[in-house]
Parts: sequence; C-alpha cells; structure tokens
Amino acid sequence: MNREERHHFDVLVIGGGPAGMAAAACAAECGVRVGMVDDNPSLGGQIWRGESDGQHHPDASKWVRRVRRSGAAVLCGWRVVHQPEEGVLLAENLSGFCELKYGKLVLAPGARERFLPFPGWTLPNVMGAGGLQAMVKCGLPIRGKRVIVAGTGPLLLAVADYLRKHGAEIPLICEQACWRSLAKFGLALVRWPAKIVQGLRLKFDLAGVPLAANSWPLAAHGETTVERVTVSRAGRVEDIPCDYLACGFHLVPNIELPLLLGCAVGNGCVQVNEFQETTSSSVFCAGEPTSIGGVELALIEGQIAGLAAAGRTREARAWFEKRKKARGFAQLLDRTFRLRTELKSLSRSETVVCRCEDVSYSRLRQHTCWRSAKLHTRCGMGSCQGRVCGPMTQFLFKWKPDSVRPPVFPARVESLAALARQLEGQPTAK
Amino acid sequence: MHSEVTVTVNGAPVVVPSGTSVAVAIVMAGQACRRSVSGEPRGPLCGMGICFECCVAINGNRHVRSCQLLCEQGMEVATEKCIDE
Amino acid sequence: MRNTAYDVAVVGAGIVGAACTDEFARRGLRVVVIGEDIVGSGATAAGMGHIVVMDDSDAQFALTRYSQQLWQGLRPELPDDVEYEQCGTIWVAADEEEMIEVQRKRAYYGERGVPTEVLDTKALQRLEPKLRSGMAGGLLVPQDGVLYPPCAALFLMERAQTRGAKLILGVRVAQIGEGRLGLTDGTEIAAEIIVNAAGASAADVTPGLEIKKRKGHLVITDRYPGFVRHQLVELGYLKSAHCMSGDSVAFNVQPRRTGQVLIGSSRQYGAEHKQVDHSMLVRMLQRAQEYLPGLSQMSAVRTWTGFRAATPDKLPLIGQWSGDKSVFLATGHEGLGITTSLGTARLLADQISGTKPEIPVEPYLPSRTAKEYVHA
Repeated sequence: MNREERHHFDVLVIGGGPAGMAAAACAAECGVRVGMVDDNPSLGGQIWRGESDGQHHPDASKWVRRVRRSGAAVLCGWRVVHQPEEGVLLAENLSGFCELKYGKLVLAPGARERFLPFPGWTLPNVMGAGGLQAMVKCGLPIRGKRVIVAGTGPLLLAVADYLRKHGAEIPLICEQACWRSLAKFGLALVRWPAKIVQGLRLKFDLAGVPLAANSWPLAAHGETTVERVTVSRAGRVEDIPCDYLACGFHLVPNIELPLLLGCAVGNGCVQVNEFQETTSSSVFCAGEPTSIGGVELALIEGQIAGLAAAGRTREARAWFEKRKKARGFAQLLDRTFRLRTELKSLSRSETVVCRCEDVSYSRLRQHTCWRSAKLHTRCGMGSCQGRVCGPMTQFLFKWKPDSVRPPVFPARVESLAALARQLEGQPTAK
Repeated sequence: MHSEVTVTVNGAPVVVPSGTSVAVAIVMAGQACRRSVSGEPRGPLCGMGICFECCVAINGNRHVRSCQLLCEQGMEVATEKCIDE
Repeated sequence: MRNTAYDVAVVGAGIVGAACTDEFARRGLRVVVIGEDIVGSGATAAGMGHIVVMDDSDAQFALTRYSQQLWQGLRPELPDDVEYEQCGTIWVAADEEEMIEVQRKRAYYGERGVPTEVLDTKALQRLEPKLRSGMAGGLLVPQDGVLYPPCAALFLMERAQTRGAKLILGVRVAQIGEGRLGLTDGTEIAAEIIVNAAGASAADVTPGLEIKKRKGHLVITDRYPGFVRHQLVELGYLKSAHCMSGDSVAFNVQPRRTGQVLIGSSRQYGAEHKQVDHSMLVRMLQRAQEYLPGLSQMSAVRTWTGFRAATPDKLPLIGQWSGDKSVFLATGHEGLGITTSLGTARLLADQISGTKPEIPVEPYLPSRTAKEYVHA
C-alpha cells in the first residue's frame, strides 16, 4: 500500500526527543499550527526512548503529555529524506511518503554515538552503549547477562545503571578519560546541583560495579557473537568474558539534515543565533546538533526555538539566562571526554573501518583525504553515508568530511520521484 | 497483562512480547541480521537507525532497518544471508 | 619561480588526463600531470563508466570502437577494483518505430564488424525480466561493458608513474601557453607541449575554447543483485544527447558489480551549480520507472551530479590548438570520456610523436572548429 500524504504546518519540528518536544509544545501553545516528525515508533528520541510512562525519567512523560495537550500533530515512524523545494520537506515511512510544507522549521535531529574500530568490533552483540540500551528498551532480554560497558562519556554510567536495574551483570565500566579529568568533572558539577544529585544517585546505584578510568577495549573475541573482551586497564591487559560489549565514544551531532538545508556549521555543530535561528532563513535548530550538552540544554534550546518560530521573541528571551548556564555543561563535557591518542592505534591492518563496504584500516591509510578514500575504496558510500565511518576517520586520520547530498537517508525511488506539489491553504486538522 | 506477537524469522516462528522490535526478535532467535560484503555476520550496532547493520527484508521488502520497527503479528522477516543472491 | 623542463605537461587528472599521461610515459616522453584535486575527481567520479560503441556519426563510431578494443586489450591487466564487466548493452525499443531504429543499428554495426543480436519481445523479457512488459524488443551489443572509473583512472595514473611520469595534485593551473604552464601558487612549469585534458573546466584553462558544461544527474540504489544484467538504454538516448539546448532525460541504467543499480541520465545546459536539481531528478526517475517499474520500491542510497564537457559538434577535440602551437587539446568528450579515453591518448600521442594514427584523426582535430589559424 503506497499512501501519499500532504501536510501544511506553520511550524514543523523534526525530531521527537527532548528538544523537539519542547519546541513543538511551546510553539503549539502559542496557537500556531505545529507538526512534529520522528522516525521512531514513539516519542522520546534516544535518551527518553520508551519513556512515555515516565518509568525512569518523570520529565519525559511530562513533556509527552504537554505535547499531546498542546495540539501539535505528531507523526511517528516518518523519516525526512529530502528537501524537494524551498519550504517543503519529503518524509517517508514503510508504506508511503508525505510532503511537509512549513512556514518555519525547527530541526532537532539529536546526536548519535561515535564508534571507533578495534579488532573484533564488528562481532554481533558488540553494540554502542546507547545502542544496547535501545535494544533492551525494545525488548532485548538482559537479565543475567554479562555486559562490559566501555568507551567514554556520561552515557556509559547512565547505560550501566539502566542495564543493572534490568538485571544485567556489569563486570567492568571502562572509561578512557583519566581520573584527573573525571575528578575535575565531578567537582565542576557543583555548578549544576541537579547533576550532582543525578551523579550521587548513580554512584549509589552503581556501588559495587568497578569503574576503571584510563581504560579502553583492545579487542573483542568470539565465534559468531562476542564471548570475551580484552581491555587495557591502567597499563595492564585483562581478558573478561561477556555476553555483550556496550561500547561508544561519546556523541556526534546529527548535522546531515541541517547541512542539506544549507545551514552553516562550525566545528561539527550547527551555528545558531540567540533565538536558535540558523543561517538558513526560517530554519531553527535546537539540542545536540548545536552542541553536545545533554537534556537540560536541549529542553531550553527547544523552548527558545519553538517560541521564536512562533514569533514570541519576548517570551523566548526569558530562557536566555538558563541557557547560558546549561551551555557551561556542554563545554565541560567537551573538555572532560576528549579522546586520547592511544585510541587511534587500536586497529590492525585488516580491521574493518567502513562496515557498509568492508573497507579495512590498511586500505584507508593509503589515502590522504576522505574524498580520495571514498572514491577509491567506497568507504562512506554505503547505506550509512559515512555516519559511522565519518567521525571515525576524522579522528583516526584527521580527514574532513564531504558535502551532504540528498537523500539524507536512503529513500525509495518512488518517494524521490514524487512531484512536489503546490500546497494551497489546506490546513491540517489538529 | 502482556500480549504476545508471533513473527517468522527465516521461516521459523519467534514469539515475542508486544512492543519488541524486529531487531531484538532476530537476536533472540540467535540469528545475525545480515552478512557483510566480505561475509561477516553482523547484528545491530547503533540501535537507532543510522548504522544499517540491522537491515533485513520485511514481508519481501529488502533493506529495511529492523531496530526501529516493532514486530507485528505474522510479519515475515528474512535476514540477508537467506535471501537468494 | 622554479623552472622544470618536460616533454609534455598534462592539465587534468581525470580519466583522459590519466590515459594520456600513461601513453606518453609508455612512449618514453618526460611527462608531468597536474590535477587540482585527487585523481579522477571530476566527471570521472560522477559518470556511469560505460564502455560502449555509439553510432551517432561515423567519426563517433570509429573512435568509440577503436577505444573499446583498446579497453578489451587492457582488461587482463586491470585490477579487481576497476570492476570491468563485459555485461553488454541492450538498446531497448518501446515500440515498432524504435524497432526500425534497432534494425538500422544492427545493419550499421554489422557492416563494421560489431556483433549484435536483435531481440524480440520474448527474448528481451527473458534477458531482462524486470523491464515493463509490452516492449517491442531491442538490440543486444554483447561487447559493451562497464567499469568503475575512479579506480580505472587511478590504475592508469599509477602505471604512468611507474613509467616515470610525475604527478602533482592539489594545485590549480592559472594559464597555459607558449610552452609554459603557470600555477596559481606562482610556480611555472616549462614543457615542449602542454595538453589540456581539463574536461568541463577546459575553457578556463584555454580561453576561447568552445566547451560547454553539460550537467548530469545520477542515482544509485542499495544492493539488488540480478535486478538488471545488462546496461539498458532507451533508443531515445541519442535524441537526448543530440539535443543542443534545453534539458532532457533518457532512460539509462547499469548493473554494478556490487549489485547496486546505477540510474541515469539527464542533460542540462547552463546549470553551473553542483546541487541536485529536484525537477531533473524527478523527470529522470519517472522515466526510469516507466521502463523498470520495480525500481519504485527500491532503496536509493545517494544522488549526485557531474559536468560533461560538450563541444558544438558532439565530437571531442584531440590535437593541436590553433591559438598556440605548444598547446594540444584532449577534451570535449561529453558522455563518452571513459570509453574514448584510451583512443584519445593514442591519437594524441601519435600526433605529438609524428606516428601514423590507427584511425583518421581529422574529425577530431581542433582546427576543424578554429576561427583563425596561427601560421608558423
């Protein structure tokens, strides 16, 4: 069944995580016609996946209720793939496509995990930290399973905590940052008391789970799935049996859609003014794509963007001070969880770097830039279009990424071949 | 009260609680989602629809990301190695 | 300012520049090749990589046939990543009128020793079951093939380097003439002969050249092995390539060794920006779906554009430039750059070294279009 739909919104929000929900709710509460699109089956984005019942995050259910009360139209399961013309986005789901015409656009596409290659990292049951958590939230049984959590960033502790609460056994958390950075991070949290409470609660919940700093995975081993992991732990090498390896190295912003729309980007982040407006007219951006800064900053930026998109600049201003404070946390995150150089030499020559096209480390190392590697090895030409191998090769080889071309996600030929239509004053019912 | 859903993975029935994603059903069935270009077994990595390691055929449609798709009663899932190349 | 002396300096590191460099090096000439980006980054990276014979004109046929045979000869030496496949082309006839054209082509190629096979409706369906039913038939040209151009260009370039050629990348040429090549960084390179193989940018390097940029769009799908087995082209393709103004699309689809399906083709004049033009994309994909309805549900992973170098008479420029005796041209190949790169290199090297070319060069000489001659 191929359904073709057309929608017209005053404010269109892309992304149903904290920033997107904040933007959609605030804009809709101003009385304008708002639509929100997310590619997951339900709202919450990554951090609040499956949280509409507020089990772990009361804020999550609060925002979901606020969105629903606001009257914003919620389109779950739809993925934006292209901009066929100014003011229109093309989205797709399993059975059809739809055109979304907008007056103002708020982009809140969030972030994804950064992966780094090491021998055995392509074994099944080696997943991202957030990746494994997402799978558990979608029903993966984890009770009684041994999970090593590795990589870097506050996500590791949150994931370990979540898994433990669901019955997993965590033999070790390997954080590549050094103790000094982590201690400074802990001390600096005094600026954000809520985070201290969060941190202390985590510390309490994770009591008994060894946390190793200066620690990272060296190799994953197993026949058809991962069975044990070799880690470096303060200079020593340890072999630890496990059922899953949850490994991610902090987050990278999803800037593909902003780039496609012509938004200026600096240091891998979308540039925005005080009203969260990008350099592309009528396009706002909120949350992780402007800087990796966590939930609080995403919510504030989302509210500012939603209010500004609805024309309520005075009300948007009321949040500027809070945003300034929350942004400090983003800077702290950035400083604390920098990747150490040892992580550049984990791969062997045959270690796969580009998973879509199976391009090995040694083949890539022969090239001097991303474009050369891409053209001559196909690295980055696969379905993920460099989302996994791009940040990786930027870190490993200092390569700069290419420009983005449509579609931003693979799309059916019939969706791309659909004619853009003129949408004349057919308001979408709330 | 949990309801259950039955899907088939490469022809074999798999019973899962409702709300389970197809990627999870495949992992629970002990299968790899796909074989890579050089033949390596692969499973989900990112869990959020950006890595494409979880791509399978759903009811005959190839290259569908299974980590963002909830199991529906009677869904036919074929992992990539089982598709006649 | 540094001065270095070479026999030949080649401007352009695409497939034509690489082929020329390789050929000059093979003949023992001291050659340097300059590219502004990486090897094969222009039309070479964007194009469909077909190795085809074309019958638009006798001159076009001669060059494509000559060159195709050179590729067949080179084939055993090509590494795996060049992905050379002799999959053949099927010219698809949608109706009886196009079947007449099929017969004409068969006769033309037959007289010139190119094997072909006329396919009726049933035979066409058997060979390509995914084509819409109701096609009148087609013409199979089994010696046509496809390859992956960036790796082909790299192969030729690396071979040229083992033969002593020097490769300079990441620099732009500001001007050429009178045995000198000036780079934008102030460096000058002296060479007996300078070859302009700069493709769509050839007129920037040699002002006054009648080369126009002809933009094309492409789409590549995810892996669907066996969806199509041959390169498929509609007989209207030549009408599109012929058309000297305006925008046009023509059905042209190729199987890649990866199992991905490469979809083209479109032609536009006057479009200078690289961005995908949605209206052209729509036209091209709708045309493609008319021939292969199954495409509609297939996953398209990427779209991109490229610029072909087009001349007024649809034939490339291979030979001495009348505006400057030290400058030779190897450009204007429009949609046949990959095919005719090897033939171009031979014909140019023959002219430079005074050897008799294997096919007549007159139709490709730049002097055929020159408005004034520079006398020695």
